[in-house]
Amino acid sequence: MAAEKRIVFRSTWLPWVLIAPQVLIISVFFFWPAGQALLQSFQQSDPFGTSVEWVGLENFVNLWNDETYLASFGTTAIFSALVAGLGISISLVLAYFADRVVRGSTIYRTLMIWPYAVAPAVAGVVWLFLFSPSIGVVSYALNQWGFEWNALLNSRHAMALVVMAAVWKQLSYNFLFFLAGLQSIPKSLIEAAAIDGAGPWKRFWTIQFPLLSPTSFFLLVINVVYAFFDTFGIVDAATKGGPGKDTAILVYKVYFDGFKALDLGGSAAQSVVLMVIVVALTVVQFRFVEKKVNY
Amino acid sequence: MIERNRFLDVLSHAVLILGVLVVAFPVYVTFVASTHTMEEVVKAPMSLWPGSHLVENYKAALLGDRIGMGSTAAVGPMMLVSLVCALIISLGKIAISLLSAFAIVYFRFPFRMAVFWGIFITLMLPVEVRIGPTYKVVSDLGLLNSYAGLTVPLIASATATFLFRQFFLTVPDELVEAARMDGAGPMRFFKDVLVPLSSTSMAALFVIQFIYGWNQYLWPLLVTTEENMYPVVIGIKRMISGGDAQTEWHIVMATAMLAMVPPAAVVMLMQKWFVKGLVDTEK
Repeated sequence: MAAEKRIVFRSTWLPWVLIAPQVLIISVFFFWPAGQALLQSFQQSDPFGTSVEWVGLENFVNLWNDETYLASFGTTAIFSALVAGLGISISLVLAYFADRVVRGSTIYRTLMIWPYAVAPAVAGVVWLFLFSPSIGVVSYALNQWGFEWNALLNSRHAMALVVMAAVWKQLSYNFLFFLAGLQSIPKSLIEAAAIDGAGPWKRFWTIQFPLLSPTSFFLLVINVVYAFFDTFGIVDAATKGGPGKDTAILVYKVYFDGFKALDLGGSAAQSVVLMVIVVALTVVQFRFVEKKVNY
Repeated sequence: MIERNRFLDVLSHAVLILGVLVVAFPVYVTFVASTHTMEEVVKAPMSLWPGSHLVENYKAALLGDRIGMGSTAAVGPMMLVSLVCALIISLGKIAISLLSAFAIVYFRFPFRMAVFWGIFITLMLPVEVRIGPTYKVVSDLGLLNSYAGLTVPLIASATATFLFRQFFLTVPDELVEAARMDGAGPMRFFKDVLVPLSSTSMAALFVIQFIYGWNQYLWPLLVTTEENMYPVVIGIKRMISGGDAQTEWHIVMATAMLAMVPPAAVVMLMQKWFVKGLVDTEK
C-alpha cells in the first residue's frame, strides 16, 4: 500500500467534493450504525423502546450464559466446517480434472459457474422443494431405497439440507479459483516430474497440491465468511432455523432475536461478537496475503 | 498433455460430466416443476419430463392472475424492482468509488490517510452484522419501502474503491504529465483518460455487483413491507410461507426460474469480465 503517485493535481476543495458522496454514505449507513450497535450492546431497552438502561457487560454475560446462543455457536461451527470442507474438496477434484482436459475445458467452466448467480434464498427454496418430505423428488427416491428422510423433523437431515444447498451455490466460486490456480502452475514442473517417473497421483500431491496451498487457504477464509454471513437466505428459506433451533446459525439468531423476539440489547451484543469474528478473519486473511507476496 | 493415459482422460470427462449434471439437476427439476399443473407436482413422484403448462404457469406467475392460499402477487413488477435495485447498487457503487479513488490517488489533502482507512474498515463488516442499527437509521430517515432505502445502505462498502485505487496506481504518470502539458484540468483528465482506461474494471465490477444487488435477501426483508416494493427473491419466500399443502409449487418454481435467469444470463454472457471481477475484487 506504499505506492504513491509522483505527480498530483493541486486543489484545496476538489478532492473533498470528490470523496463527499462516499464519505457521506459510509458515515450515515456504516459508522453511525456500527457505533450504535456497540452502544446498544451495553444497554437494555424494552421492546417498545420507551426506556433504556445502561447495563454494562450484562448483555455479553447473558449471551455467555445463554445455552441457545452457545448451541448456535456450535451449529455455526459445524455448518461452516462442513460447507468449507465439502465445498473446497469437491471443487478441487472438479478443477483438477477440468485442468487435465485439453478440449472442452471452457465448456465445462461455463456449465459449472452459473450457480454463483443464484440467490441464496432461491437456492434454499429449490433444495427445499427437492427434499420436501411429502412431494420432493429426491426424498421420494430416498424413501424408495428405504431411507426415511424428513428434514422437517430430523435435525441431522435439516443440517444436511442447508449444507448441500450452501455447497452447491459456492462450488462455482471455489472451482474458478482452483482452476485459475492450477492453470498458473508451469507445465514444465509437471513435465519434469513426469520424466522422473512420477505418476499423476504422486505429481498431484507433491507438486500441484502444495503449490495450490495459497489458493486453498484463501478459499478456506472466504468459505468460512460465506458460511457465516451469506447463507442467511438459504437457512431462512429452507429450514427457518429449525427443527427447533438446530440450524439457526449466528446470523440467523441476530435477525431472529432483534426483529422477531425484539431483544435489541441482546441482538446488538451478538452483532458485536460477529464483528469481532469478521475482523479476526479479515486480519488472518491479510496476514496471509502479505506472506504470499514474500513467497 | 504430459503423457497419454486413456484411463485418466475418460475418467476426467466422466467426473466432469457427472459434476455438471449434479450441479444442473436442482435447476432442471425446478424447470420441470414449472411446466406442470399443481396436481401433477404434488403427486409424488413428480414426472421428470417437462409438462405442457409452461406458458400458462409463467403467465400466472408474472401477471399474478391466479387464486391461491399463499401470496398471489404478480412477479412481473417484482422483477422490475429487482432490476432497478441491482442497477442502482452496481452503477452507484461504481460511480462513487471512481470519484473517491480518483481523489485519494491523484490529490494530496489533509486527513487523506484517515479517509482512506475509514473506507478500508467498511470492507470488514457486511451489512448482516449491523442490521439492527442500520434499519433504525433507514427508518428514521423515512426511507422504508423506497428504492433509496433498499439500495443506498448496500452501496456503503469499499470493495470497488479499492479496486479502482489499485488500478489507478498502475496508470503511468506520463499520462498525467501529457494531459497537463496539453492544458487539461483534473476533471478533464478524469473524464477523457482515466474513465476510458478503467472500462474493463468497470465491466468486471458491474457483473459482480449486479448479482450482489439482485440476490439481496435479508436487507429487503427488513426494509420492505409493501408488496409493490418487494424484490423477486422476497416474493418467492413469501409464496412458500404456508406449508406443503398450500404452496403452489408450480408457480413458485416458475418464479424461481424467473429469479435465476437474469443474473445467470449476466454471468454466462459476461463470463470474461465475471472471472476478472471475481479475481480482482478479492485481491
